[in-house]
Amino acid sequence: MPKITFIDSSKNTKTIDVESGLSVMEGAIQNNITGIDADCGGSMACATCHVYVEEKWFDKIPKAEDSEIDMIDMAYEPKKNSRLSCQIIISDDLEGLTVTTPEKQS
Amino acid sequence: MIKTDVIIIGSGPVGLFAVHQLGIKGLKTEVIDNLDKAGGQCIELYPDKPIYDIPANPECTGKELTNNLLKQITPFQTNFHFNERVDEVTQERDKWIVKTSKRKTFIAPNIMIAGGVGSFEPRKLNLKEAEKFEGKSVFYSVTNKEMFKNKKISIFGGGDSALDWALELSKTSKVTLIHRRNDFRGAPHTLAEIKKLEKQEKISIKTPCQLTAIGGGDNIKSIEIKFEDERSEKIETDIILSFFGLIMKLGPIAEWGLNMDKKTISVTTDNFQTNKPGIFAVGDICTYPGKLKLILSGFHEVALASVECFKRARPNERYRFEFTTSSKTIQNRLGLKKKDD
Repeated sequence: MPKITFIDSSKNTKTIDVESGLSVMEGAIQNNITGIDADCGGSMACATCHVYVEEKWFDKIPKAEDSEIDMIDMAYEPKKNSRLSCQIIISDDLEGLTVTTPEKQS
Repeated sequence: MIKTDVIIIGSGPVGLFAVHQLGIKGLKTEVIDNLDKAGGQCIELYPDKPIYDIPANPECTGKELTNNLLKQITPFQTNFHFNERVDEVTQERDKWIVKTSKRKTFIAPNIMIAGGVGSFEPRKLNLKEAEKFEGKSVFYSVTNKEMFKNKKISIFGGGDSALDWALELSKTSKVTLIHRRNDFRGAPHTLAEIKKLEKQEKISIKTPCQLTAIGGGDNIKSIEIKFEDERSEKIETDIILSFFGLIMKLGPIAEWGLNMDKKTISVTTDNFQTNKPGIFAVGDICTYPGKLKLILSGFHEVALASVECFKRARPNERYRFEFTTSSKTIQNRLGLKKKDD
């Protein structure tokens, strides 16, 4: 199972194993990662699973669709490397993926 | 004080179907919702997105689902109290008293919480200093257009609300539209209008940039924005309008003494009652082993909860399980004519 690392805004890190096929958001919720709210449950309607993806990974994961980019407009402090973690699907290629959660989600 | 059998909090699909399940059992309901219309997340978050897992309905949008549910509950003539949030729940013997943000009071033996993820509220500006100007020169919606005449207005956001109000208010005020990226998301016609007004210098557009500071004493005098290339700009501003959509907040529900699991309410699976007898939680807001946050799960939950509501509201009557297809009583409640008439 690929390992995914979450860094919070105070630089605390937590690494979890997530089954391939799940989204980063689902992995976070199952492992009680604080900083991921996911209020809408993954229907890309709330922008509360917002993460910043480490530069070297940002280009490796499939690009965000327009609807995701529109939703990121609503997120708390969006940046160039912002993604919604419900839209990043874990695969073996993403072993070691590191994302940072924002200071808060709303 | 409004007396009823069941106070329903939330008018999303599950709250609406609760009206039906309680209605066919002869129970009266009053529905309270913080939004200005029924439908909850279906209307607010995905009105035009398709849903494929409503039984016997291969495909429908959030709006269609809501409209059909509203049609299904018309016979029960329930009262909706929109733009009101339930702030307080207190007990009076075997009844519950509910007070709303508009100071309305309800009393009933049952409360059905169908609150989804909580009440919808506008997403606020990130900047701390925005708070002290809120309601004076920082606004998250336009309720009275007159207040925004002959002003210098900075509008934040890239969606329909930001674009529509930029167009409208530019007729009487100096409008600056500010967005974090170059692309806007809106109806093509609106976008074309905006571009036209920008060329005529009637609207100023600033992208890609974000708000970094607000200047002023009692009222805002100017704002500072920072572009992606680190360049900063000061813009004379009387009023900030910010349109970053809605977020869902659990709000006062957490203070009603209910057993909670994170942001959800723990219930039993035989009647979806909480730890407080007479208070039920259904739909996305409830949790129990195996809970799935699906609309269809919510429908099942209200069906079972409504039986217990009946027993509490009509302690001297016996509950009879009946089918809508064959029960004359239910068909009367649905306002249908008897076939043998």
